[in-house]
Amino acid sequence: MSILVGKETRLLCQGITGQAGEFHTRGCLDYGTQVVAGCTPGKGGQEVAGVPVFDTVADAVKQTGVNATMIFVPAPFTADAILEAIDAGISVVVAITEGVPVLDMVRVFEKVRASDAVLIGPNCPGVITPEECKIGIMPGYIHRKGKVGVISRSGTLTYEAVWQLSNLGLGQSTCVGLGGDPIVGTSFVDLLRLFQQDDETEAILMMGEIGGTAEEEAAAVVAEQIDKPVAAFIAGRTAPPGKRMGHAGAIISGGKGTATEKVAALESAGIVVAESPADMGTAVQRAMQQA
Amino acid sequence: MKIHEFQAKKLLRAAGVAVLENQVCSTASEAGGAFKSLGGAVAVVKAQIHAGGRGKGTLKEHPDQHGVQLVRSAEDAIGVADRLLGSHLVTLQTGAAGQQVRQVLVEAGCAIARELYLGIVVDRGVSSPVLMVSSAGGMEIEKVAAETPELIFKEAFDRDAGLDAYQARKLATALELPVASMRSAVQFMQRLCRLFVEQDCSLVEINPLVVTETGELVALDAKMSFDDNALFRHKDLQEFRDLAEEEPTEVRAGEAGLSFVKLDGNIGCLVNGAGLAMSTMDLIKLHGGEPANFLDVGGGANVEQVTEAFQILLSDDNVRAVLVNIFGGIMRCTTIASALLEAYQSVGFNVPLVVRLEGTEVNEGRKILEESGVDIITANDLTDAAKKVVAAAG
Repeated sequence: MSILVGKETRLLCQGITGQAGEFHTRGCLDYGTQVVAGCTPGKGGQEVAGVPVFDTVADAVKQTGVNATMIFVPAPFTADAILEAIDAGISVVVAITEGVPVLDMVRVFEKVRASDAVLIGPNCPGVITPEECKIGIMPGYIHRKGKVGVISRSGTLTYEAVWQLSNLGLGQSTCVGLGGDPIVGTSFVDLLRLFQQDDETEAILMMGEIGGTAEEEAAAVVAEQIDKPVAAFIAGRTAPPGKRMGHAGAIISGGKGTATEKVAALESAGIVVAESPADMGTAVQRAMQQA
Repeated sequence: MKIHEFQAKKLLRAAGVAVLENQVCSTASEAGGAFKSLGGAVAVVKAQIHAGGRGKGTLKEHPDQHGVQLVRSAEDAIGVADRLLGSHLVTLQTGAAGQQVRQVLVEAGCAIARELYLGIVVDRGVSSPVLMVSSAGGMEIEKVAAETPELIFKEAFDRDAGLDAYQARKLATALELPVASMRSAVQFMQRLCRLFVEQDCSLVEINPLVVTETGELVALDAKMSFDDNALFRHKDLQEFRDLAEEEPTEVRAGEAGLSFVKLDGNIGCLVNGAGLAMSTMDLIKLHGGEPANFLDVGGGANVEQVTEAFQILLSDDNVRAVLVNIFGGIMRCTTIASALLEAYQSVGFNVPLVVRLEGTEVNEGRKILEESGVDIITANDLTDAAKKVVAAAG
């Protein structure tokens, strides 16, 4: 099984004619992902990396039957690209683009919730089901097919965790980067529920960071609805209040969203929290042994 | 992006939100002239810096002078402005060095019946903009939220339709405003919510929002900040940017495409990715060290960026050692290693450098560093890197 994406996924790349879009389309193809269409308005009829380009997402759906998309269009146009994908009936929308205005996402979020689509991101590394389907910018080779579902708000920190899990022989069922922005399409809570139902996933690792209350909400759901072992790590224990740490979402404001609060909430839900980023993989091991 | 109070009040006035008559001044004599032309018996002289807490803050050079002062004559206004201008105002938000005052706002007084609080933010919990009001005006809202949350009232509003009139009436009623103030309150709140959306704000805060003795609502103070990612569609706002208010190294880093935040420790950090950068700071602290900064070079660091990053790190006299932590994904470790060597040599390193590389082509990357003969301390994993850099910093 695995969640969201797998062997049957037929992928579209929006913004395929841009530098990043083309580069990562090639990366996904090399990994074995079925990238079957691209979309750039005004460039329909071209081919990029052997993939046909369409003017509209609706065209691409009709001609190639795509059911997932990854978005590399520039930030000012990302909201529009997401809305176009949803309108065309694509079920998994992965927005990689960084720097999307927050109020654009307010509107997009409402539309996503009113549809059947799942939006991952924006400002995220993407989604990967190892040895089946890679959507995004993560280095494929560090992943191993396995039993741990990975959810994270960050990019390279996820690679770090994936690397540790692969080296410990645990591997991953599916890894999802939620994105580092204040408003993203999918939350820890949404994915915890999907991983709970997935037969292949035996344990879950979630990596949060300072800012917001998404981790606290996740802790409440773990306590009540998740019976699989869960481990976690929170980045930003030493971050000072009021300073934004790279991610637009990573800011402690009004005394809310501190690492201390988050760690306490996670631990009280029975989640094993790694103190050091070097111990994310072993925290999963401990959680599995305790279960 | 943050802006000054006087700039925020310009935007409020243009949006039809009530503010008092005022003039911004950069000399003491201008302040005297402003007092006269405002024509009232009293006025308020307010230091213009980005940091909050100005009323309670005091000047480094004149410890008895606060950042906001009521004056009763042109001479008073001149005297206060003279002390404020050029001096450094220290508030809870500025740090001990304070922030230099370059302009003051001279504003008419008004007869205040009540002081309230009003704020607008995008609440990520509900993924929507939210208007918050409180009867505890003039106080720190964080304190109110922690101690008396029942005094804060909120309404989420639609981005495009704005705040509905009934929502404004609900809030006005919760604040126990008199019927006579209802029309003023609804107009004030609706216009402010529209302004928030139109200008892509990340924060609008009116604290205090006052009710005058005649029942009108007036913004006595105004704090606004904007979503940096949306500035491309607000070219007119860019002239409000005041670089003098920003940390110089952070400005320089921003220009090089680096995300940098200065901290107080002595271990410089250079990392790719924000989450990993934060975690690296945590790791240093966990092993007994203190990070000097947060620095994310992003996904595709090149020689120019690494060089600039090194220069920024080394320009901080507190830095005793530097840790480079790179997880090469799309970026190959060999590319990073070559960039590091080139930057290291051109910058003239004078403190120990610890490098931890992992990911794509890691063995080749480590080999490049080892064979270069350059005095770099290599680390095998995260914990090893933290221990080595903490030891090197002494």
